Amino acid sequence: MVGLLRSPTVQQIAWALSGLSILMFLWWIFGNYIAQNPATASFATFGLIPTLEAFPLLIHEGKIQTAVVASSIRLGGGLGIAIAIGVPVGIMVGRSKRFRELSNSPFQLLRMVSPLAWTPLAVFVFTAWDSSIIFLIAMASVWPVIFSTAAGLSKVDPAWFKVARNLGATSMHMVTRIIIPAITFDVLSGIRLALGVAWIVLVPAEYLGVTSGLGYAIEDARETLSYNHLTAMVVTIGIIGYTLDTTLVMLIKRYSWHKGSDEG
Amino acid sequence: MSIRGTKIEIQELTHRYTPKSPVTFNSITLESPPGEALVIIGRSGCGKSTLLHILAGVLQPTEGKVLLDGHQIEKPSPRWVMMFQAPHLFPWMTVAENVGVGLTFGHWSKKEIVERVTEVINLVELQEFVDNNVQDLSGGQQQRVALARSLVMEPELLLLDEPFSALDAFTRASLQHDVRSIARRLGFNIVIVTHDIDEAVIMADRAVIMAGSPGNIVHELDVALPDPRDRHDPEVQKFRGLLMGAFQEAANV
Ligand SMILES: Nc1ncnc2c1ncn2[C@@H]1O[C@H](COP(=O)(O)OP(=O)(O)OP(=O)(O)O)[C@@H](O)[C@H]1O
Ligand SMILES: [Mg+2]
Repeated sequence: MVGLLRSPTVQQIAWALSGLSILMFLWWIFGNYIAQNPATASFATFGLIPTLEAFPLLIHEGKIQTAVVASSIRLGGGLGIAIAIGVPVGIMVGRSKRFRELSNSPFQLLRMVSPLAWTPLAVFVFTAWDSSIIFLIAMASVWPVIFSTAAGLSKVDPAWFKVARNLGATSMHMVTRIIIPAITFDVLSGIRLALGVAWIVLVPAEYLGVTSGLGYAIEDARETLSYNHLTAMVVTIGIIGYTLDTTLVMLIKRYSWHKGSDEG
Repeated sequence: MSIRGTKIEIQELTHRYTPKSPVTFNSITLESPPGEALVIIGRSGCGKSTLLHILAGVLQPTEGKVLLDGHQIEKPSPRWVMMFQAPHLFPWMTVAENVGVGLTFGHWSKKEIVERVTEVINLVELQEFVDNNVQDLSGGQQQRVALARSLVMEPELLLLDEPFSALDAFTRASLQHDVRSIARRLGFNIVIVTHDIDEAVIMADRAVIMAGSPGNIVHELDVALPDPRDRHDPEVQKFRGLLMGAFQEAANV
C-alpha cells in the first residue's frame, strides 16, 4: 500500500486530482457568492452544482454530442488543411535557403494577423459559414506547423544522408527512414501548438452565423438565459481540449528522440 | 561472416574541386593487394579526405580511375563502406537498429538481419547495449556502433577518415587494435587516412606519406611488424622513428 503511494504515476494522478478539486472548490465558493448576493442572484446557475446538474440533461438530449461532432468536423477540417499545407511548406522552408529568405517576411507578417481578423474576408470568399470557419482555423493553425517542421528539418544532420547513401539507401529510403523519423517529433510539436490555436479560434468563430457546434451552443445558452447550460458547454470545451492536448503530448513523447526532452 | 579483400588499383588520379580551384592532387598511382591495411599519412589539407571520398565513390575524380578487382568505382556501394571522424548514428534508433540499418536498405529477411546484427555486435563487444539508445553511449561506444554498422555490410573495403581522432587516448588505442584485428581475421582491406603517426604504426601493413601542393605520394614504408603491436615495443618505436623521419622530410620539400 505504501509502495503504491510512492509510485510516481500514482503521485502524479493525485496531484492532478488535487489541483482539479481546488478549481472545483473555488468555483463552488464563487457560485455560492453570486447566489447570496441579491444583485447577482439571477446568475446563480453559473455555479458548480447547477452546472453538474445540467450535464445529464444535455447528454440525454444529445445536445453535447451534436455540438461536439459539429465542432470536431470543423476543427479536423481546418487542422487537416493546415497540416497538409504546413508540412510540405515547412519542408521547403527548411531545405531551401532561397525559399526561407523569400518567405520569411511575408510569413511572419501573415502570422501576426489575428486569425479572426480574416473573418470578413472569409465570409466574402466562402459562401458557406462552415467553409469560412474551416478557413479561419486553417489560417490560424498553419503557421506553427510550418515553423516547427522547418525547425525540425534544420536539425537533420546532412551527414546522415552521406552515411545512408554509403550503406545503399535510395532516395525513397532517405525520406521514409531518415527525414520522416527525424522530424516527426517537431511536426507533432507544431501540430500540438496548432491544435491549441485552432481550439481557441473555433469557439468565437462559431458565434457567427452557424447553428451548430460548441460556440453556437454557448451563444444559444446565453440568449436563452440557461447559464448552467452555458457553463456545461464551457466545461465540455475544457475537457475535450485537455484530452486532445494530452493525447498529442503522449504522441510527442513516443516519437521524441531528442535527448533529455520528455515534453514538447 | 565471409568477407574477402579486394585488389585496389588507383590509376593516375587527378582531382580539382572546380575548374577554377587549384589541383588537389596530381596523378596519384597506388596499388593495394587484397587484405592489406593501407595507411595514408599527410598534413592537413593535402587531399587525404578527397582521395578517400573518391575511393568511396561519393566524389568523381577529374582524371584517372579507381579499380576494385578490376571494376571501376563510380558510385557508392555497400561493398566499400566509409567510416567518418564522427559516428553520425541515427539517434531515433537503438544500437541494434543502427547496426542493421544498411541491411534494411537491401533485400534481407528479418531473420537474416537479426543474425548478422547479433554477430557483428558480438564482434565489437556491444552485447550489453543492443537495445540502448545510442545517445546514451560514450563516444568510443558510439564509434564501435558505427564500425559495426559498416562491418554488417560485409564490405571488401573499409575506408576510415581519421575515425578515432575525437576519442581519448585509451579508447583510441583499443579501437585501433580492434579494427586491425577484425580486419585481419575477416580479411577485408582497410584504407585509413590520418595525421597520427602512432596510429599508422599500430594499424598499417603499409604506410604511404602524402605531401605537397598539389599532393602526391612521396614516401612508402612496409610496416613489417608482428601482431599484436604494443607502442612501447622497441621494434614498434623503431618504425615510428622511420615514419616520423620520412614525414618530416616530406614536410620540408
Ligand atoms: N568541397 C570542397 N570544395 C572545394 N575545395 C575543397 C573542398 N573540400 C576540400 N577542399 C580543398 O581541397 C584540399 C584538400 O582537402 P582535404 O579535405 O582532402 O584535406 P585533408 O588532407 O583531408 O585535410 P585534413 O587532414 O585537415 O582533414 C584543401 O585545400 C581544401 O581546402
Ligand atoms: Mg580530412
